[in-house]
Amino acid sequence: MNYIYYPGCSLEATALEYNLSTQATMGALGAELTELKDWTCCGASAAEATSYLLSMVLAARNLALAEKMDSDADIMIPCSACYLNLRKVEDHVKQDKKLLDKINEALKEEGLEYKGGVRVRHLVDVLVNDFDPESIEPLVKNKLTGLRVATYYGCQALRPYVIYDDPEQPRSLEPLLLAVGAKVHPWEMGAKCCGAALMTTKKDVALELTGTILKAAQGADCIVTICPMCEMNLEAFQESISKTRGEDLRIPVLYLPQLIGLALGLSSEEIKLEMNLAMTDAFKTKIAG
Amino acid sequence: MAEKQIDFDIPVDGSDLLESVQESVRACMQCGTCSGSCANSFAMDFTPRHLWRLAQLGETDEIFNSKTFYLCSACYYCTLRCPRGLKLTEAMSALKRLATARGIKRHRQSSKFYEIFIKTVERYGRVREMEFINRYFFSLKDPLLPLEFVSLGFNLMKKRKIPFQLPILKPVRDQNGKVKYFEGRFERLFRKVEELEAR
Ligand code: SF4
Ligand code: SF4
Repeated sequence: MNYIYYPGCSLEATALEYNLSTQATMGALGAELTELKDWTCCGASAAEATSYLLSMVLAARNLALAEKMDSDADIMIPCSACYLNLRKVEDHVKQDKKLLDKINEALKEEGLEYKGGVRVRHLVDVLVNDFDPESIEPLVKNKLTGLRVATYYGCQALRPYVIYDDPEQPRSLEPLLLAVGAKVHPWEMGAKCCGAALMTTKKDVALELTGTILKAAQGADCIVTICPMCEMNLEAFQESISKTRGEDLRIPVLYLPQLIGLALGLSSEEIKLEMNLAMTDAFKTKIAG
Repeated sequence: MAEKQIDFDIPVDGSDLLESVQESVRACMQCGTCSGSCANSFAMDFTPRHLWRLAQLGETDEIFNSKTFYLCSACYYCTLRCPRGLKLTEAMSALKRLATARGIKRHRQSSKFYEIFIKTVERYGRVREMEFINRYFFSLKDPLLPLEFVSLGFNLMKKRKIPFQLPILKPVRDQNGKVKYFEGRFERLFRKVEELEAR
């Protein structure tokens, strides 16, 4: 299976391990990823807070580039915020022809044109719909037996576009986790918000949200995320949250393809486990089997 | 699962924006589902339901004195659940845009975040996360605020997550081929978008 791969800005820096483990794991599953040439920022949450048209144009530029590579391609995106921004353009231009004309007038500055061709898909959508858990099972070399995983889906991969999962009680990843031998931690937090950019602008509010999520994850061996913003919010502030709440809420937080990669026999070097901020020795011992 | 569409933007910018927000919540029946679904409502001065009532009534000053919309983290729960199918997350974004455009002082901390972020995109095409965070905290001129982020920065550096990148800037040359100045990656694109928006 072939995909055009859009990593996005975070995956070049704070979420580098998400980037490298996505490539390694998808490779191990037999998928072929071609990185989008000359990709640029999707606009994040900032473009929309500044100008609607700008948010559309920044995202559309990437779709136009993808179209140039292959107009019938699936473009696969691991970051939920990037995914939603590009997905919105795909949707909005279908509803509004004038918007498409405006976008293209702007894109002329870049020598590009967007026709509405490529399909925008989140990494999770690809993993759960293009790969059958039964076909993944024989590829498992390091069964994660007994590992209890709290699956955290966050917001923008689930809502507002309801495509591959229940937007309030998501469970799409469970067959995949069971196929690699893991157990699913039962909790109600899978689709709750981590606070997103509020961690920078309204920190106390975001800490409240992440604290509640970390608390509910107790009893699991790790949390698995599918978005760089969720990952950062959940792993980077555990010590201060534990201090404020007066209880130890530290727990390893991994990106989904890191965990799947481990099960497929990739080394912790290949999935960049040393880059995770909240890793513990107990966890490393456990996955070493 | 069949694809369900519940999101449209409010594609209006500028002075008639509030009117379009007003229009977009006209059908609100004040049931309170949005407030009950919002994880951040505990920190808001007006709950989302209350804010939409104020919008219906055209209470501009009250709306922009409130910090409710900047506490929206775009989780899309309210949009998903509103029984009237209103595009509430988009309405929150529209209010952020309007507050930024009006340069309202008490929202400076939040609007600066978005402004500086988008400036970084204009300059480099991609976001260089640490540079952006630095500029943001510098712009707030609050020396205490970034402390925890500084330690986060060190942590990230230790993990080799901050790449050393040279900026991608286009040299602008004179007739002799001598570099006059460097143009931001997206300067032209951004100017074009502004021009299109002003039409
Ligand atoms: S959920 Fe919709 S109808 Fe109910 S109060 Fe909120 S905006 Fe109004
Ligand atoms: S989208 Fe914003 S206003 Fe709506 S529930 Fe989420 S945080 Fe609250």
